[in-house]
Amino acid sequence: MKIERKVKYEEELYPGFLDEITEMSGCREIERCIQCGTCSSSCPMSVYMDHPPRKIIAMVKNGFRDEALRSFTIWLCPSCYTCQVRCPAKIKITDVMYALKRKATEEKIYPKRFVIPVLDREMSRIIAKHGRNSELWLILGLYLKSRRLFGMLKMAPLGLKLMKTGRLSLRRESIKNKKQLRTLVKAVKEGAR
Amino acid sequence: MNRYAYFPGCSLKGNSRHYEESILPVFREIGLPLEELEDWNCCGATAYFSVDDTLAAAICGRNLSLAEQANRDIIAPCAGCYLTLRKSNAFLTSREAKAAKIRADLKTAGCEYRGTVAVKHPLEVLKNEVGFDKIKSMVRRPLAGWNVACYYGCQLVRPYTDFDDPDYPTSLDALMAAAGARPVDFTAKTRCCGGSLTGTIEEVGLRLNYILLKEAKRKGADCVVTICPLCQFNLEVTQDKIVKRFGEDIRMPILYFSQLLGLALGVDKKDLGFSRSIVPLQPLWNKLSTGGAR
Repeated sequence: MKIERKVKYEEELYPGFLDEITEMSGCREIERCIQCGTCSSSCPMSVYMDHPPRKIIAMVKNGFRDEALRSFTIWLCPSCYTCQVRCPAKIKITDVMYALKRKATEEKIYPKRFVIPVLDREMSRIIAKHGRNSELWLILGLYLKSRRLFGMLKMAPLGLKLMKTGRLSLRRESIKNKKQLRTLVKAVKEGAR
Repeated sequence: MNRYAYFPGCSLKGNSRHYEESILPVFREIGLPLEELEDWNCCGATAYFSVDDTLAAAICGRNLSLAEQANRDIIAPCAGCYLTLRKSNAFLTSREAKAAKIRADLKTAGCEYRGTVAVKHPLEVLKNEVGFDKIKSMVRRPLAGWNVACYYGCQLVRPYTDFDDPDYPTSLDALMAAAGARPVDFTAKTRCCGGSLTGTIEEVGLRLNYILLKEAKRKGADCVVTICPLCQFNLEVTQDKIVKRFGEDIRMPILYFSQLLGLALGVDKKDLGFSRSIVPLQPLWNKLSTGGAR
């Protein structure tokens, strides 16, 4: 029988990871985790996750940086906040997941065309540019940028139904005062650097 | 004088325009006509917090500022807009250093926010300010015999709200009862519909919606009543695929609470956006004409 090491030695971990995350908004309480597992048992997505939420929190606390940031879990969180309202230690778990998503995005550690972050970025881009989202254009951008042309074809019958009931328009929505939005985005970004 | 500015968000101008088409006549009927917030921008929903949380709060700050200048509170019927605006409002009015920086940036852009605006959901206003007793007295066409599964979803009741319970809310059930319908004991009422995952990872989305529809069917519901555009969309458009994938007929109409309430208050059926339903509504109309009798 081959003996395989399953756990990391301490020197392979990133002890500074906890501080790195607690600095991000909404993550201050993470140290309080008592590993009760209420989050994992409440999460509707647990069954699809590689590491359930409780394990992600333990990873953050103990310096398992790569494992946490590479996890599929953070992208599966639909922000339903069930874990967050039930957590006895009052950890803002949904906000922790958001923070990990941002960190992973910043460091580009997910496949470039992975559909979930593509949707997030595409929607943010449209809003920063036009001030308003346009559903049809968001969907087109999503399918093109995640390279799922076949998936787009499969959506066509639904698209037709929505058009027939007047629920899908070709119009590009936009606000009037785009100049103000641009000034705001610029001001926020400048200070962040 | 009306204190509210109506914040539609992208959905109520897009695929869920029947939510707008029904919420406006309902509020007119109860004497609180809604006026749209001038030049509002999108809230960013869950997407913006995954990309840049500072910008996410800032763009919501612009909306709050517009409402403040107009001396109005905000009514946001979309649960996503409601949560995002409330979350950003709480953050922007906090003592965090980052919040002070965003407030300064808002001022630079000519949309200063002093923190005086409250963000509310129509259901919250109907419950706390109008009162379900008053609504009951205004009902002209009770929805007798309608068995409804009241579905709250996630973002209305968690965690930035205080008007109902986060796990087992009851306000929508009480409102539907006031309209004459019979709310079934829908235990999945705050279980997640998958949100945008239905559009990204279909396998997950189908399963979650199947769980919800199956539970509604099992409890004998004739339709599901929703307060959120994304819930309504997911529950409605996944039905054909669910039938194919799980081999079970869980099809049923998915309607907005405002459509049902409008009907009960006597608004003309044609003016409530029912024609936008993808699922056939005939079984419900049969009930309406017979007053629930078989």
